[in-house]
Amino acid sequence: MVVGKMKLTFQKRVKLAQYLWMLSWFATLGGAVTFTLGCFLKTELRRRGEVMDNTDIHCVPNTLMIVGLASMGINYFASRICQDALDPGRFPRWKTFLKPFFGCSVFFTTLMLISVILSYAMKGSLETSLKIGLKNGIRFYKDTDTPGRCFQKQTIDRLQMEFQCCGNSNYRDWFEVQWISNRYLDFSSKEVKDRIKSNVDGRYLIDGVPFSCCNPSSPRPCIQYRITNNTAHYNYEHQTEELNLFIRGCREALVYYYMGLMNTIGAVVLSVFLLQCSVLASVRLLQTSMEAVAGQENVEVDSEGYLLEKGVKETFMEYVDPVLKLLWMNQVTPPEAKAEAGAS
Amino acid sequence: MAVLPIKFTKTKRDKLAQVLWVLNWISVVTGIILFSLGIFLKVEINKRQDLMAESQLQSVPNMLIAVGLIACVINFLGGKICYDCVDTNKFLRWKLVMLPYIICTFFFTLSVLVGALMCYSMHGQLEEALTLGLRDAMRYYKDTDTPGRCFLKRTVDQLQIQFQCCGNEGYRDWFQIQWVSNRYLDMSQREVVDRLRSNVEGKYLMDGVPFSCCNVNSPRPCIQYQITNNSAHFNYDFHTEELNLWMKGCRQALRDYYTNIMHSVGLTVLIIWLFELSVLTGVRYLQTSLENVLRQGDPECESDGWLLENSFVETARSNFNIIKHLGKFNQINISSNGDPNIDKPPTAHYGPDNVPPKPLPMAS
Repeated sequence: MVVGKMKLTFQKRVKLAQYLWMLSWFATLGGAVTFTLGCFLKTELRRRGEVMDNTDIHCVPNTLMIVGLASMGINYFASRICQDALDPGRFPRWKTFLKPFFGCSVFFTTLMLISVILSYAMKGSLETSLKIGLKNGIRFYKDTDTPGRCFQKQTIDRLQMEFQCCGNSNYRDWFEVQWISNRYLDFSSKEVKDRIKSNVDGRYLIDGVPFSCCNPSSPRPCIQYRITNNTAHYNYEHQTEELNLFIRGCREALVYYYMGLMNTIGAVVLSVFLLQCSVLASVRLLQTSMEAVAGQENVEVDSEGYLLEKGVKETFMEYVDPVLKLLWMNQVTPPEAKAEAGAS
Repeated sequence: MAVLPIKFTKTKRDKLAQVLWVLNWISVVTGIILFSLGIFLKVEINKRQDLMAESQLQSVPNMLIAVGLIACVINFLGGKICYDCVDTNKFLRWKLVMLPYIICTFFFTLSVLVGALMCYSMHGQLEEALTLGLRDAMRYYKDTDTPGRCFLKRTVDQLQIQFQCCGNEGYRDWFQIQWVSNRYLDMSQREVVDRLRSNVEGKYLMDGVPFSCCNVNSPRPCIQYQITNNSAHFNYDFHTEELNLWMKGCRQALRDYYTNIMHSVGLTVLIIWLFELSVLTGVRYLQTSLENVLRQGDPECESDGWLLENSFVETARSNFNIIKHLGKFNQINISSNGDPNIDKPPTAHYGPDNVPPKPLPMAS
């Protein structure tokens, strides 16, 4: 049961080969664009790598880079094939190459589609990773003298100023963490001693935030200490004050930024995927129609082209069987042989 | 004696015309580059317009924009001319236009040079504009309720954060102005009233700075109030503390930033000027060699090309005389009463021997 049968005259074959050649060069360009987008995404993720707990999200840019390179190779060969397709002398040398070529192309094209789906599906993993990473960042904010953590303060300050955010979910996260190091606390002062005593873990907690949470758009000078104490500041009510500090949490800000990036990239890669699918289908049609006239005296006759000779499932098994055989060869003898040996 | 003559064969001439055609198209691209550099500079200056006092700074990007547009037009025309110059017949069409075109292009390249030099000489104007502008911006920092000044606080804060600077020359500039608005001062408190009274002009001055002066690289949480008071903070000595606030002044930071941009832009414009000059030289050689071909009559022959027909001094003198007589074409030459035949030597022809006849004897 043939899939996608189409009759092609000689003129149609020639035209198909010409358009296909142009299209495959565009598709090569698309592959290069995919690779660049993958590199760009990886760089952006690494820039903020310090506030991410794990690198699971990096599978998206890695896949994009692999698929981009593979796509460039596939489309380059597609253009060579259709260049040689109209020359019956040169076309036969591609014969043995075509089956693995189509197998690989279908595999990498499916991988491209999977990467697009991944870029939308990894949101949850990104959010969890950021939640843990930011929590640790805020916890180690004060440890500027501990090797390995001395730049946490700088990273968090720069992050909050650049993304205009404060804390993990909001600014109250800073109230639950001691972000002032003991080196700068005067332990002889009564206020400090009282505060430390009143806390179960002996931590110095205050209702204040670092200066990087301050909003430059606020009409008044920044209030970063005693935020919840209305009487400590003149003409101030902390429930209605919205412009003083950044309201948004850094986790939300970063997720929004990265999802925006990945959505745009996903849309571009999807269009490259569609282009590549059309290129592959056209190459297949051209190849089968050329094979039908192979070996004949007059090459200018009409011929039929098709996408798949057998049905989809049979073709799939045809490709997968050699791969499975390779895998079986490395294994121990199959169980039926063992039972036979046991019986005899 | 011609200036820098070069001999051109027919193939050399054709090659020169083709190369010049390509170069003229490249020059159109460089004209577009000039135009976009002017736009870039204009945008950069406008971005910080709030922080700069009125000055002639806008003249530099305007000049670059104008020069870029004119470059595109001139080089487009030049490309067309050079394309036609391969064929001697088509050259006849352009013969009369070429010399004025070359003169115009020469003056145009001078203006490109002027544009480049302006980029380098803006230094003094920039410094003055920045000093006055920053001083005013800091003075109006607290006026977030006055229309026209309500975004100055945000501008100054973002400037200090982005350029990592504090105040005009240093953070002490903030000690000399009141940057906390009276709206947020509790006039019933003794401390506030004392501070206001102790100042001659009734301003609330303190040794504190806005949060945007805080240095991100500091290992301790930012100290922005009571900066000069060592006892107000634990383990703090303000004389030796360098990482707490940004040490650089914003005037210096902005000046360095704009000077870098101006120098890069100026260098690019200089390179473009040299390129235009070389294209102009090529076009001049092409024009003179083609005119000599026409003079000699044979399109396939060799011809000389030069920059100037006579030496520099003679050309300058002859041009000067032309300009002098340009104004005189209306005037009459009164020395011979306007009659062009007076004082002309006799030129009569007396037959084949050219012997003048003997004068007839006069009857007595």
